[in-house]
Amino acid sequence: MKVLMFGWEFPPHISGGLGTACYGLTKALATQDVEMIFIVPKAYGDEDQCQMNIVGANTIPIGIKRFNFKDVMKEMSYVELGSNLIPYVNEDEYYNIINKRVESEKFISQTNENTCLTFNGGYGGGLMQEVANYAVVAKSLVEMFDFDIIHAHDWLTYPAAIAAKEASGKPLVIHVHATEFDRSGENVNQYVYDIERAGMHFADKVITVSNLTRGIVVNRYGVDEEKVITVYNAVEKVNESEGIHFEKGFDDKIVTFLGRITFQKGPEYFVEAAYKVLQRTQNVKFVMAGSGDMLEKMIQRVAELGISSKFFFTGFLKGDDVVKMLNISDVYVMPSVSEPFGISPLEAMRSNVPVIISKQSGVSEILKHAIKVDFWDIDAMADAIYGILQYSGLNIMFKEHAKDEVDSLKWDNAALKIKDVYSDAINGR
Amino acid sequence: MRNICLYFQVHQPYRFRTYRFFDIGHDYQYYDDFSNRSILQKITKKCYLPTNTLLLDLINKNKGKFKVSFSITGCFLEQCKKYSPETLKSFQDLAATGCVEFLAETYSHSLVSLKNEKEFAYQVKAHSRLIEELFGQKPTVFRNTELVYSDNIGEQVYKMGFKAMLSEGAKHILGWKSPNFVYCNAKVPKLKLLLRNFKLSDDIAYRFSNQDWSEWPLTAQKFSSWIHEIDKKDELINLFMDYETFGEHQWEGSGIFEFLKAFPAEILSKKQFVFSTPSEIASKYEPMAVLNVEHPISWADEERDLTAWLGNNLQREAFDNLYNLADDVAQIDDKSIKQDWYNLQTSDHFYYMCTKYFSDGAVHQYFNPFKSPYDAFINYMNILSDFTERVKKAPKHALSPLQDESVEKPKVIKEKKNANPKVEKAKPK
Repeated sequence: MKVLMFGWEFPPHISGGLGTACYGLTKALATQDVEMIFIVPKAYGDEDQCQMNIVGANTIPIGIKRFNFKDVMKEMSYVELGSNLIPYVNEDEYYNIINKRVESEKFISQTNENTCLTFNGGYGGGLMQEVANYAVVAKSLVEMFDFDIIHAHDWLTYPAAIAAKEASGKPLVIHVHATEFDRSGENVNQYVYDIERAGMHFADKVITVSNLTRGIVVNRYGVDEEKVITVYNAVEKVNESEGIHFEKGFDDKIVTFLGRITFQKGPEYFVEAAYKVLQRTQNVKFVMAGSGDMLEKMIQRVAELGISSKFFFTGFLKGDDVVKMLNISDVYVMPSVSEPFGISPLEAMRSNVPVIISKQSGVSEILKHAIKVDFWDIDAMADAIYGILQYSGLNIMFKEHAKDEVDSLKWDNAALKIKDVYSDAINGR
Repeated sequence: MRNICLYFQVHQPYRFRTYRFFDIGHDYQYYDDFSNRSILQKITKKCYLPTNTLLLDLINKNKGKFKVSFSITGCFLEQCKKYSPETLKSFQDLAATGCVEFLAETYSHSLVSLKNEKEFAYQVKAHSRLIEELFGQKPTVFRNTELVYSDNIGEQVYKMGFKAMLSEGAKHILGWKSPNFVYCNAKVPKLKLLLRNFKLSDDIAYRFSNQDWSEWPLTAQKFSSWIHEIDKKDELINLFMDYETFGEHQWEGSGIFEFLKAFPAEILSKKQFVFSTPSEIASKYEPMAVLNVEHPISWADEERDLTAWLGNNLQREAFDNLYNLADDVAQIDDKSIKQDWYNLQTSDHFYYMCTKYFSDGAVHQYFNPFKSPYDAFINYMNILSDFTERVKKAPKHALSPLQDESVEKPKVIKEKKNANPKVEKAKPK
C-alpha cells in the first residue's frame, strides 16, 4: 500500500507535537508494509528518511511562473491571521504569529527559475499564502508519484489534500489532531473553520485522536458519524530522560503544571487548586512551567492570593529542562479545558510521576492509572493533589502501574488501526 | 545670608543574575557580577570620577565657600572597593577638604523603615559605621532611602540620635507652605526637616537636557537668577538629586558639567546666598512649623508616594515575604546570609516590579534590567525562596537585645527540632 501523506513539519524541524506525532505514526506504519511519500512544505535534508521518502514541496516544479494565490482559495474568504490557528505550537512561534501581521496586499506567489515555490515551513507570517501554495504544489505531486491513498494531518494541509484528491481521484483520509474549537474556544476563526469543514466533508474517512475530538467533528462540523474513527496517539518508547539525573535542592514536594499558559490549558484552575492545598499543607511548592498569553494574569493572581513564596513560574522550558522538571515533580496536573489528546501526562507517567488530568482531555479516555477530575472542579483537584502528596499508598500504586500503562500505548497499535481505515477507504466501505 | 544646600544621592544596587527555579537549593550565588562591575565602571567613567574631580576643583577654588553633601549607600561603597577603588579614593579626597558632609542612610538602600524598627536601626548603624571608617566623619543628619518619610519614621530616626532628616517637599503635604524653610517632626519637634525644592531640583535632574522644555537650554546664569527671584524671606533652597545626574542621566554633551562648573561663582558673586551643608543648617535654624505626614511620602514619581516600590500585589507579596524572615535572620551569625539579607532588601528590586507604565514609565524602564515586571518578580521570588531555605537550615542563637556585633555572641542553641518534642512531652496535660 502506498500513501501520499501531507504534513506540515517533520523532526528534527518541529515546533510542536504535530511533527512528533507524525514521526511516531509513520515509523510504525513503515514496519507494517505501508510505503509513504511524506510531503512537507520545506524539506531540510536531514530528516530521518530510512523508512520513507520525505519530499519538500519547495523542490517540486509547478510549471508556472506566478499566480494569484487568492484564486486557489476562492471559495473561502481570505482573512488575516489573528487567532491561535496552529495545532501544537511552542511559545516562541506562538508569539511570532500573534505579533506578526500578514501583509494582506501581496496576493501574488512567485516561483524561482525552476518554477519551484519557496516555503518557510513553520507557522510565521504569510501562513495563509503558504497553505495556498502548498495546494498548488499538490497538483504537480499527483503526477510525479504513484500512490493508493492520501492522508493529511491537520487543517494546514487540507487544501493540499483536497487538491490532490481532485487531481488523482484517490481516496482521502483526514487526520484531526486538533480542531479550531480546541484552539480558540468559542471564538473560532471562520476561515480556518471553513477549511477544516471542507476537508472533513471532502474526505472519505476522518481519523480523530480521541472520542472527545470525534464528538466535536460530528457535532460541530456536521460530519457523518460513520466515517469518523478514533485512533489514539501513543508515545515513543525511547525515554529521553535516561542519562539525566537532577535532584531538587529542598525538601518540599513539587506539583507541576507544564504547558502553554493559555485558556484551553486551564492554568487558572491549577492556581486556585494550589491555593486550596496550601491552606492544608505548607510543605509543597507549585510550579507553572510554560509561557503564554495568560502568564501575567496568573502571576497577578498568585500574588493576590498571597502564595508567591510557594508558587513558581519557570517560563518556557526546553529539552533537558522538561526532563529535569519531571525528575523532581511529585504530582503532574493537566487541568485542560479542552485537549484533543494530551501527550504530556504520558511523558510524566513515563518519568514515574503520578498524574491528575481533566476529564475534558482525550487522553483521559484511555488512562486508568490517573486521577481524573473536571477541569472546573478545583476542590476535587485540590483533594487529589493533597491525597497524592500525603498518602504514600496512592503514590506507590501510581508508580507501580503508570509506567506499564504508558508503555502499552504503542504506535504499532495505532498503525494497525490506521491500516484498517486505509483499506476501508480504498474499498469504499 | 540665605542658604543653598546641595545634596547628592550615590547608589548602585547589587543586580541579581537570572536565577532559575532549578537553581533553588543548589546555588546561592545570586549576583550578576559582570553587570555589576561593568555598570559601575561605566558610570565611574561618565559620572563619578569627572564629577568628583570637578567638585574638588570647585571646593579648592572657592576656599571653603562651596560645600556639598552626599549620602552613599553601603552597597555602592562595597562595589567601589571591589571594582573601582579610584572612585572610593576620589570620594575620600572630597571628604578630606572639610567642605563635604556625609549623611546617614540605610546600608543597602532598603525600605526597612516601613516594616521593622529594630532592623531599621541596625542597618542605619551599620551604614554610619562604614561612613566613619571610610570618611572619618560620623553622620549627624539622616536621609532615608528615596527620601521616604512619615511622622513615625521621623520619630524612629530621632531615637537613633539624629538631629535632622531630609525629605521631599511634596505638594500634597506642604499645601501653600514653602519648602524653603526648616520644619520639624510632628511627634518629636526636636527632629528638624529639610525639604527638597522639587521644582528647582528637577530642573537640573530631569529637565536639563530636554529640548522640548521651554527653558532649554538651562545656563548657570539663568538658574541663579531664578534662585535670586525667590522671596527674600525664604531661608534655604534645598537642591537634592541623584549624583548620576551629572554625566549619566544628563550626558556630558548636554553641558551639565559646564553648568555645574559655573554655578558656584554665579551664586557667590551676588553675595545673597551661601552654600551650607545639612548639619550646618540644622544648627543655624529653628523650625518654621510642624509638618504632619501621616502616610509615608517619597521623592519618586508624580505621586510622591510608595507606589513605585509597593504599588502592586507583586511588590507587596515579595516585600512581605522578605520581611517575614527578619526575626530568623536576626538569630543567625552567618556572614554570607547577612550580606544576602541586606542585598535582598535593596529597593531597586521592588522598583523593577513596578507596573506603573504610563506617567513615569520612561524613568522606570531606564533603570530596569528586566524585560517586564513579571520577570523581575519571578527572578526575585526564586532567589528569595533559596534564601528562605538557607535561613531555615542555618543554626540560630537567641536574640540579643541590641543585635549588635559588639555584643558578645550568645551560645548557639541546637536546632529547635531536637529540643521541642521533649519539652512537649514533659508538659502535663
